[in-house]
Amino acid sequence: MNVPAAWYLILAAGLFGIGAFGLLTRRSALIMFMCIELMLNAVNLTFVTFSRTLNDISGQAIVFFVMVVAAAEVTIGLGIVVSVFRRRSSTSVDELSELKG
Amino acid sequence: MIAAAYSTPSVLVFATSALLILAGAIGVIAVKNPVHAALCLILTLFGVAVAFVAQSADFLAAVQIIVYAGAIVVLFLFVIMFLGVDRREHIHFEPLVGQRAFAAVGVAITVGGLIALMAKSHWVSGATSVTTKLSSGGGNVRELGTAVFTTYLFAFEATAALLIIAVVGAVLLARRERPPSGEEA
Repeated sequence: MNVPAAWYLILAAGLFGIGAFGLLTRRSALIMFMCIELMLNAVNLTFVTFSRTLNDISGQAIVFFVMVVAAAEVTIGLGIVVSVFRRRSSTSVDELSELKG
Repeated sequence: MIAAAYSTPSVLVFATSALLILAGAIGVIAVKNPVHAALCLILTLFGVAVAFVAQSADFLAAVQIIVYAGAIVVLFLFVIMFLGVDRREHIHFEPLVGQRAFAAVGVAITVGGLIALMAKSHWVSGATSVTTKLSSGGGNVRELGTAVFTTYLFAFEATAALLIIAVVGAVLLARRERPPSGEEA
């Protein structure tokens, strides 16, 4: 018998937490994007676990769409990082403070 | 929830994937060099692919390796090397006082609340097999393909438009503004 769904759900919650902590504390835009990928993967893992437990293919179909959106997000995000780097010679998000009041 | 009811291979596979996922994730947020962080990200993505295989999501595991580890991480590495930002970030320098502590408390509350809520509601609740059964014969790829091209056809077409928009947007963002040739430049 396969391991219970709860184990995978707890693992995914831990992965999400690590990704969220990294997103809140790191200041390099590239590392922040990687942390967003971690969080998206945690959500994908929960979707697949629910799909297995509920015996329904929809969870896996939604994971497929999440992957497509993640690919588009990374493309645009890295494009923004490249164009910001051209102006500021840095990827630190702390230096982008023009809108500060 | 008592152990010993689960077969040893599945427990071992779960332990392997959990080790890969957690070690990679901690590596991503802890190492200083962005290149090393990208390599740790591959470790995590591989662990998630192992977990997908263990839960009979074969097609998604393949896509996970091909698209995530093969394309997205390579894109990260390409941008890191293109920009030359592989120098180390000062990871112990904390510009906002108490930022780490607040982040840790917030994340702990979120994850703890999430796990407590799931445990209270018997982890998984809801109707089973609403769309298509997972094991109706014919294999995972065929079932997923049928679901994507029938039930989720509209969403699938929308992702096609999204990808086109993303490609055009990335080209526009990365394009260098050239001064008009010949005229006052």
